[in-house]
Amino acid sequence: MIKQFSFAAVSLALTATSSLAATNISWWHGMAGRNGEVINEVAQKFNASQTACALTPVSKGTYEEALASGIAAFRSGEQPNILQVFDAGAATIINAKGAVVPAEDLIKEAGYDFDRNAFIEGVRYFYADSDGKFVGMPFNSSAPIMYINDEALKKAGVAAPKTWEEFEAAAPKLKEAGFIPLVQSQLTWEFTENFFSRNNIQFATNNNGYDSVTDTTLKVTDPNLVMMFEKLKSWADEGYFAYYGAGWNDNQKPFEENKVALWIGSSGSFGGLQKTAQMPFSADFLPYWGSIAGAGTNSFIGGAALFAMSGKPAEENKCVADFFQFLTSPEIQKFYHQATGYVAITTAAYELTKSEDYYEKTPAAEVGIKQLMLPSGEWSKGYRLGFYPQIREIMEREYGRIFSGETTVKDAFDTIEREGNELLARFAKTTG
Amino acid sequence: MKRVQFSSPLLPYLFLAPQLAVIVIFFYWPSVRAIQSSFYLEDPFGFGSTFVGFDNYIGTLRNPEYLAIARFTAIFTALVTFFSLALGLLLAVKADAVIRGNAAYKTLLISVYAIAPPVAGLIGMMFFDQHIGPFVKIAAFFGWEMKVGLSYFDTAFAMITVAVWKQIPYNFIFFLSGLQGLPASVREAAAIDCRSGIKRFWTVIFPLLAPTAFFLLIINVTYALFDTFGVIDVMVKDKAANNPITLVYKVYMDGFRGNDIGGSSAQSVILMLVVFVLTVLQFRFIERRIHYT
Repeated sequence: MIKQFSFAAVSLALTATSSLAATNISWWHGMAGRNGEVINEVAQKFNASQTACALTPVSKGTYEEALASGIAAFRSGEQPNILQVFDAGAATIINAKGAVVPAEDLIKEAGYDFDRNAFIEGVRYFYADSDGKFVGMPFNSSAPIMYINDEALKKAGVAAPKTWEEFEAAAPKLKEAGFIPLVQSQLTWEFTENFFSRNNIQFATNNNGYDSVTDTTLKVTDPNLVMMFEKLKSWADEGYFAYYGAGWNDNQKPFEENKVALWIGSSGSFGGLQKTAQMPFSADFLPYWGSIAGAGTNSFIGGAALFAMSGKPAEENKCVADFFQFLTSPEIQKFYHQATGYVAITTAAYELTKSEDYYEKTPAAEVGIKQLMLPSGEWSKGYRLGFYPQIREIMEREYGRIFSGETTVKDAFDTIEREGNELLARFAKTTG
Repeated sequence: MKRVQFSSPLLPYLFLAPQLAVIVIFFYWPSVRAIQSSFYLEDPFGFGSTFVGFDNYIGTLRNPEYLAIARFTAIFTALVTFFSLALGLLLAVKADAVIRGNAAYKTLLISVYAIAPPVAGLIGMMFFDQHIGPFVKIAAFFGWEMKVGLSYFDTAFAMITVAVWKQIPYNFIFFLSGLQGLPASVREAAAIDCRSGIKRFWTVIFPLLAPTAFFLLIINVTYALFDTFGVIDVMVKDKAANNPITLVYKVYMDGFRGNDIGGSSAQSVILMLVVFVLTVLQFRFIERRIHYT
């Protein structure tokens, strides 16, 4: 009797998870912990919403590991239908012509309309080609924003700075009030890539690398960027800025412990901060330099996008398109935004979340979206640079040397530009 | 001894086959592929690949950063090997002399070996954490402001300490069993001839331990070069930045994180050659002076 029961239960479970008619599609991602669970929930919602397709998400570890597994799988013809690729790896997958089916083509082929303008400004270009066609489907997006220790500012009697000039004026008072005025968690993303976008300055030749891989070179010896790091170094020397190495959490921790006044983190950090911060906090835009003409533009998305891998049968591609449609629907975007802290990527989803008074309760959640929705400039759309994960490693190394006193800011950027350009030239050869 | 007879001349090869298959599939095949890709510049997804001859090698060896990493790897390997061997030997000699409760001592010393390298790295990282690390607090007491993750020297110090700590029990086990295998008659005869314990150790006991020590030397060099990967990965928290790393970690960064297949293949071939040369040198110059009993 029991045997029969369990047999029935097993067969029921089997039919429930993969009904015979359903087309199975796979999704490899690089998210762990709570964010990984939310991906499973999104997949469950998709599977429950229709019967034609069954989506299975698989965690492949970190972002880098997900990309490396995707590459290895593609080379042996075992690629998943959907691969999540992070911002710095975008050039690797987009420049490999034929590795992916552009999301926009896929969705149109499945018979859906695709409206680029439905996406918010800062999201539109980063994973698109130079004509603006979406190659990757933006998924988890975040922006670097400034978190504010309300108590510290009150104690020092200063307002939250909008520009770095205002910060410079407020820093001595914050220090006097017993706080470290400023920390940040990722100099590459927050003070380099997004420095160029917030201050509307060119990052690399060939339209920041979007137009071509051939002869693309970095412009990191830009005097404004050098000035930013000269300032950071002198602030560090005067005790206005503290640097705890390249690790994200080492720098976030003193802010949580109420030792720091301002922390540059991710728009996605606020969920975790609500649990860990020992004091009330708020958030505002990433500061820019008032002295730079045209500064104050939007920032572009960080995080990762979903890519539809090529070489898959048409019915599976149709399912991927169905899923992308599902994923960008306002309801799911709102769910994902609230469950993870990543920003909603469509205007409709933002309006929906706003209409439900979510931002009244959690104003910090809105800052990232608003920053992405600021007017864009010529150079605020992002970058497309090959071997960029390695270029980031060079930056991390040289930035560490600046703050440990092993090199000067000028030398550091000369090194980054030289080694970075060598890597870009190598990358151009791999695609040639 | 009885000679084993096989009914068919092919049978021994059949028995060898699983072992050979493992070596071919997991060692020779990847090595051949690595050598092959080291001469190409490849798009990671495998669409385009250009033959570039020795360019990847020249680029690697001309890169000052690569040479700095190679220099650190040499120092790291020498220090880790020396200290883990020396401390393992010291503890083994002392534990060997303990009569009461020696099982407890041995178990305590050996148990550290059961810790997996990433866990060891994690424990080490907590010990050396900038905000909560007890070791950092002790150092601060002596006026040393340790900044692991920020200062090259401090991170190197922490890495070497954790790598040595992790390897001591392994060396301890081998040295201890080596010591216990020495004939009591030799020790007693030496004790009659010479009063100085230290002198007896270096002239009689250590030469008798030499085969064990030589085996451990090779194992420890390989450990420091390759198996410390987990410790390093955890200690630099995924972001090497300006922290010291070893050559094998550099291969991982360029190959798996940077997707530069040609460049990282060239690096791994260089590493293979280094290990090969090192092992040959060890056998030629050190092993000759060892007498196996």
